[in-house]
Amino acid sequence: MKNLSELISECKQYAFDLDFSRAKNWKEEKEGRVLVGYMPIYFPREIIHAAGAMPVGIFGGGDNKQIIKGDAYYQSYICHIPRSILEIALDKQMDHIDGFIFPSICDVIRNLSGIFKQQKIGKFVKYMDFPQNFLPAIGGVFYQQEMEHVLKYIKEINGKEVTTEDLNHSIKLYNKNRELIELIYNIRQDFPWRLSIEEVYSIVRAGTVIPVEEHNAILEQICIHIKEEIGTPQDKIKVVISGAFCEQPSLGLIRAVEEAGCYVIDDDYMLGSRMILGDIDATTNKPLESIALSYINQSQYSSSIYDVHNPKENRLAKIVKDRGANGVIFASASFCDPSLLDAPIFQNAFDKMGIRYIAFQYSENINQYKVIKEQVGTFSDSIKLWEDEPILT
Amino acid sequence: MSKKAQKEKSMILQKEMIEGLFNDLANSKELGKKVCYTFIPGNLSELIQTFDMLPVYPEINALQNAMRKKSRAYIREAEKNAHSEDVCTYVKCDVGMMMKGNIGPTGQQLPEPDVLLLSYTGCFTFMKWFETLKREYPNAKVIMVHTPYQENGEITPEMLQYMTKQFKEEVIPQMEEVSGVKYDEDKLKRILALSAEAEDLITKIFETTKHKPSPIDAYFAGVYYIGPINIGFRGTQKAIDYYKELYKEIQIRIKNGQGPITPEGEMKEEKYRLVVEGPPNWTSFREFWKIFYDMGAVIVASSYTKVGGVYDYGWRHDPERPLEALAEYCMNCYTNMNIPQRIELLKKCIVDYDADGYITNSIKSCNSFSAGQLGMMREIEDSLEIPVGFIESDLVDPRYFSYSNIKNRLESYFQMLEQRKKMETETV
Repeated sequence: MKNLSELISECKQYAFDLDFSRAKNWKEEKEGRVLVGYMPIYFPREIIHAAGAMPVGIFGGGDNKQIIKGDAYYQSYICHIPRSILEIALDKQMDHIDGFIFPSICDVIRNLSGIFKQQKIGKFVKYMDFPQNFLPAIGGVFYQQEMEHVLKYIKEINGKEVTTEDLNHSIKLYNKNRELIELIYNIRQDFPWRLSIEEVYSIVRAGTVIPVEEHNAILEQICIHIKEEIGTPQDKIKVVISGAFCEQPSLGLIRAVEEAGCYVIDDDYMLGSRMILGDIDATTNKPLESIALSYINQSQYSSSIYDVHNPKENRLAKIVKDRGANGVIFASASFCDPSLLDAPIFQNAFDKMGIRYIAFQYSENINQYKVIKEQVGTFSDSIKLWEDEPILT
Repeated sequence: MSKKAQKEKSMILQKEMIEGLFNDLANSKELGKKVCYTFIPGNLSELIQTFDMLPVYPEINALQNAMRKKSRAYIREAEKNAHSEDVCTYVKCDVGMMMKGNIGPTGQQLPEPDVLLLSYTGCFTFMKWFETLKREYPNAKVIMVHTPYQENGEITPEMLQYMTKQFKEEVIPQMEEVSGVKYDEDKLKRILALSAEAEDLITKIFETTKHKPSPIDAYFAGVYYIGPINIGFRGTQKAIDYYKELYKEIQIRIKNGQGPITPEGEMKEEKYRLVVEGPPNWTSFREFWKIFYDMGAVIVASSYTKVGGVYDYGWRHDPERPLEALAEYCMNCYTNMNIPQRIELLKKCIVDYDADGYITNSIKSCNSFSAGQLGMMREIEDSLEIPVGFIESDLVDPRYFSYSNIKNRLESYFQMLEQRKKMETETV
């Protein structure tokens, strides 16, 4: 078994490799293998795996990619992620990826799918329209049809007919993956010093660009390590991060929040990898229906899913309570419509509920964190010093 | 700017229709009518009429407030309540108006919604908007209609089936419940037949810009022309009467060789014919328009006038397939078309209407329109070898309308067009 620092270092290498080298190697290892890129937030990776392909998470260029061409396609008041994804594509760093999936998140990612089509990037480009109708016979059926379209595209490349057994096997692997990630979060809830949020983030993000079997093996080893008493507790408050589900903050920013005095014990950074809560039924003869039902009945709240019947503010409040967090940090990418439009809903509700919060905006490529660190530090101090004081609203 | 605008009969007709609607809304309780808030793209006017409801269009209120210089205060009010500077200003204007007592643009109190009909078509922000409104109006029923995006440039049978199932099993039963009116398909069919007639007329009206000089401006005046068909009158005889009158007036203009009517009278000389992509700025609408007509530029086609429906390819509401027609209508709205489809439609406009140039008015707070516009512009420029121009403004936030900046850019653009015309003449 590798030691913890080796595992973390390996994950960091995978997670921030904008050439997607592990995926490329995997493809070259055997003829006929297919790579399918997917954008945030969530995509049922199980179906790509079942089709003999590998899903590759594309989460932008972060602070490691200089943007030149991408800026020519996007105005200054549009978020940063589409320009960095386009830059990576136009720099041919994704040439080994066969097809691209754009899950329905917002108008920017939706229209980026059109730019990929216009630029003829990849063998197929699919905008995945997740249903906003949550009746199994209506939205559930439509969702299955959307998944069938994706399987058809992959079949056109590798000729593989996906069986029920293939799908159930893949569902099991991803169930295991989510279970192990959740175990890490559960351990950190009580012992956040055993693994920093920067390390957790790198570990989870690595899983989006390597085969799930390899990621599960890494996660199992990490879980063994962090079940042991390691690290030293520090005097920090516990917070939940919300709103950073698409364009990702740079690793430096993720680190800065914890350095400023907050243990981040839950977050939505890599929401897609944790979107489905609990297992998807891997025992039926209708696995696509199982996946659709899991989306309808077991999804985490998301700014991109219509929520009127299950309000997101109540769901986030429950996470705060269940995790024993002292407050929430709303971190939104600049110009991110879904996150920023949710902010008043959350903040008005939390004012009434007495949940403490702060909010800041970031861009994936910022690497100066002084102001944010001061803001987070003040938030932490205010809770440590006056946690028993009622909130004045 | 102070000159009194010329008014034709069709303008007066339209004004009466809109005033009538706002009067009815102000008296909805007395009239015993339920109130349905909904959006322009994918608006289900015919269904709302079938259930005898009255429509409220929040984005129309926002733009009318902007034209009446009220939007700035409303936006400020919303921003004081955690709404970001960087999101849709229609939403903030609407939320601010609500926080200030929900007094509509005509000065009358708007009724609270009985239904929030979330015709979620071509714009993600619509969904967030009604999530926000639902929290302000907890007694209103939210009815979601998810319109699938034409991601592959087509409407598939699955998409159609998904929408019609939503109508049958979710939308119609809930509208029956709220309105107390039983669904009457024959009534819907009769309304749809009137819709198709209005759609034929508006198509003919926008096609008149093929004439030289163009008798109308398809953007600045076009936004008024699309009013009746988009804000609840599609499917009524009133809309047909309005469009017949308008068409008659335009025919007279064509016969007389006249150009478009502007707020300062008839445009005397048509120097440039343009196609415009993107919504207009509403806070300085007249100043914005004036830059164009002062330079002799007429807009012969615009994408914005297609947000409430694309009729260019011959599609019409089919009364014989009522629910399918409603579904197709929603899916065919401009912002529900993918980027290559939008490019093709704009190219068709440029060719069909013999445009000299193409301009993008990129709106800061409307990602549905703006994201991808630079790529679209580049492809249109490359494939048609047409001069393209790019300006930036916003929908209803006056902080983002920079008159000098826009004027400078447009003047440079028109100089380029002039130069190009000279060179073409010399070559000939």
